[in-house]
Amino acid sequence: MFQLSETHEMLRKTCRDLADKELAPKAAHHDEKHLFPGEQVSKLRDLGLMGVAVSPEDGGSGLDNLAYAIAMEEISRGCASTGVVMSVNNSLYCDPVMRFANAEQKKIWLEPFASGQKLGCFALSEPGNGSDAGAARCIAEQDGDEWILNGTKAWITNGYEADAAIVFATTDRSMKHKGISAFLVPMPTPGLSLGKKEDKLGIRASSTCNLIFEDCRIPAENMLGEPGMGFKIAMGTLDGGRIGIAGQALGIAQAAFEAAVGYAKEREAFGKPISGLQAIQFKLADMATRIESARLLTWKAACLKDSGARYTKEAAMAKLVASEASTYVAHQAIQVFGGNGYVTEYPVERYYRDARITEIYEGTSEIQRVVIASQVLKSMS
Amino acid sequence: MFLNLPYSFSDEERMIHDAAASFASSEVAPSAMSRDAEHRFPVELLKPLAELGFFGIKVPSEHGGVGSNTVSYAIALAKLAEACASTCVTVAVCNLFADVLSHFANEEQRERYLKPYLRGKLGAGTFCLSEPGNGSDASAMKTSATLDGDTYILNGAKQWITNGAFAKAHIVFAKTAPELGKKGISAFIVDADSDGVSVGYPERKMGLCSSNTVGLTFDNVLVPAANRIGEEGMGYRIALANLDGGRIGIAAQAVGIAYSALQEGLRYASERKVFNQRIVDFQASQFAIADAACDIERSWLLTMQAAVARDTTGKSARLSSMAKLTASESACRVADAMLQLHGGYGYVEDYAIERLYRDARVTRIYEGASEIQRLVIARDILS
Repeated sequence: MFQLSETHEMLRKTCRDLADKELAPKAAHHDEKHLFPGEQVSKLRDLGLMGVAVSPEDGGSGLDNLAYAIAMEEISRGCASTGVVMSVNNSLYCDPVMRFANAEQKKIWLEPFASGQKLGCFALSEPGNGSDAGAARCIAEQDGDEWILNGTKAWITNGYEADAAIVFATTDRSMKHKGISAFLVPMPTPGLSLGKKEDKLGIRASSTCNLIFEDCRIPAENMLGEPGMGFKIAMGTLDGGRIGIAGQALGIAQAAFEAAVGYAKEREAFGKPISGLQAIQFKLADMATRIESARLLTWKAACLKDSGARYTKEAAMAKLVASEASTYVAHQAIQVFGGNGYVTEYPVERYYRDARITEIYEGTSEIQRVVIASQVLKSMS
Repeated sequence: MFLNLPYSFSDEERMIHDAAASFASSEVAPSAMSRDAEHRFPVELLKPLAELGFFGIKVPSEHGGVGSNTVSYAIALAKLAEACASTCVTVAVCNLFADVLSHFANEEQRERYLKPYLRGKLGAGTFCLSEPGNGSDASAMKTSATLDGDTYILNGAKQWITNGAFAKAHIVFAKTAPELGKKGISAFIVDADSDGVSVGYPERKMGLCSSNTVGLTFDNVLVPAANRIGEEGMGYRIALANLDGGRIGIAAQAVGIAYSALQEGLRYASERKVFNQRIVDFQASQFAIADAACDIERSWLLTMQAAVARDTTGKSARLSSMAKLTASESACRVADAMLQLHGGYGYVEDYAIERLYRDARVTRIYEGASEIQRLVIARDILS
């Protein structure tokens, strides 16, 4: 059984307090105005949450991936937008830099990011390809001791605030997905411009935009890993990222569940609180059960990653089950609230909108099923 | 899939897993299909199962049991269910019988009933609680036991008694003080060959066809007062004491059925071709497989989480209900989806999936229907 250690319990409590006191009270405002929660992110930085699983020598907190999953849940319970900002910096930026950067690169590209002084982003998707990352069209050509990047990257979370991006571009078209390489790109930098801020259904306090590269020159030493390693770096990164998004989905689900329980106890219909009605009780039971099983899957994936074992299947399962639990729970929470669930007076309509993205980014639910099935079939043959 | 957990199993839990897996595949699985078709109880398996310790997994060794825990119990039941859900439920009730005697019987009763039972000398065990008129609401029972000198006179009818025709002794719940409601219920050990005990016809069930389910009637049966388990009025407590453990057991059974169904689906879909492709190569099949694998994984994690909570804290009502609810609903979904992969062949008895589909259904009903599990969970949330 997953009995959390004292460290994990303490972290959980710290993050929960932060979420209740600093994140939740401002979440609706940031959502409505599409405002980046800068002050809140700086509080995360102070608690060491921007590089949870990065070692202290590299500027991080030196905790494990279970700690990261727990922190992601608690932070997202307060504000899912803040959750995704944290997730991108931890999973999508710091993690691959930690795994593939050389010592010199780590000084510049990891330490300030893991400590939260700077913010990172991850540029893989393009307007014409999302799930099919191997079809990337962005190119990088070598010119002396520089790389010249051209192309457009899409759906870049933290694009407006980031100080650096990991950018995937094709360096050898003949090699197809094995010809993709990863680059560390400072932001801002000449030749890189930002597209318009996307107007999204949910997680509206986080910024999402295109990165447009037009003869953008970066030094040769900014390649992350070896030439052609980009696809491998990206796929490994997404495995870990899925644990973070599973945590985010859990946090949104938990917030929606708690709101529904609170409302059901207070709201009266037919002369008594609606929590006395079996239809409401059954909803609450199903919501709690789906959250609990999703949490166990998420913790299992995190523990496997910490143990050094393969966890591709488990991370995909965690992400799939947690994100679908999240949309389900948010949907049911609105049912419990009735009309009040549909208006911005109450937070559940935001949970409903925020939950929806968790079934899409870092691999849609459909991609998770493809990953899981291929792992199951592989283990059988 | 079962052992791949951050929870590290003890050597003992591993040994029980291996013993159950090996017995299940060599002794239980080969006859599962024919026993099901013939509605034949696995009477020949009782003695070997008892001798291997599978009747008293949680019973302390000083009482003649294996002395292990709920985790081991769940592992053993899941492995047995993978081979044959009927044998699994037979063993589950055998353990329940032993657990009740181990916890509540006095030394003399343990010597006389529990020890020989665990050595395989008293056949299967029973737990006679439900009646024709009451299932989930045990306190509404009508069976009565009236004290006359040092003998109780037992009258009434019990329903849905698993193993009922194959036990030499029954645990029977009856009202000794009807005016006290559930506080007036007592528990008794009743010799199966006592005058006035009659066994009804085995139920013709849609699934678990190789398990035995009968009604028992008690017509002025004389039960020595020495056969009362615990004090008068303790019956309800005794009946509920193993509720969580029972639910964890059924959750494990459901996971075993689902896991077996997934294996059957994978095997068929990897062999059968349609439109020049294997069924497993179609994305629609792969999605069904992915969903089944997720259902099994989350059900098993909840089952283990509940089992460890029960072993370490004794408090596991909410988790046990979550495990039972999730695993049973999952088993039905998985069996249905894997049957669908078989197409028409899934609908005939030549393939095991047909049996698994029927066997899965009962897990949503017994040991507390899904609706009861939801009530338990909701009450815990709202309290």
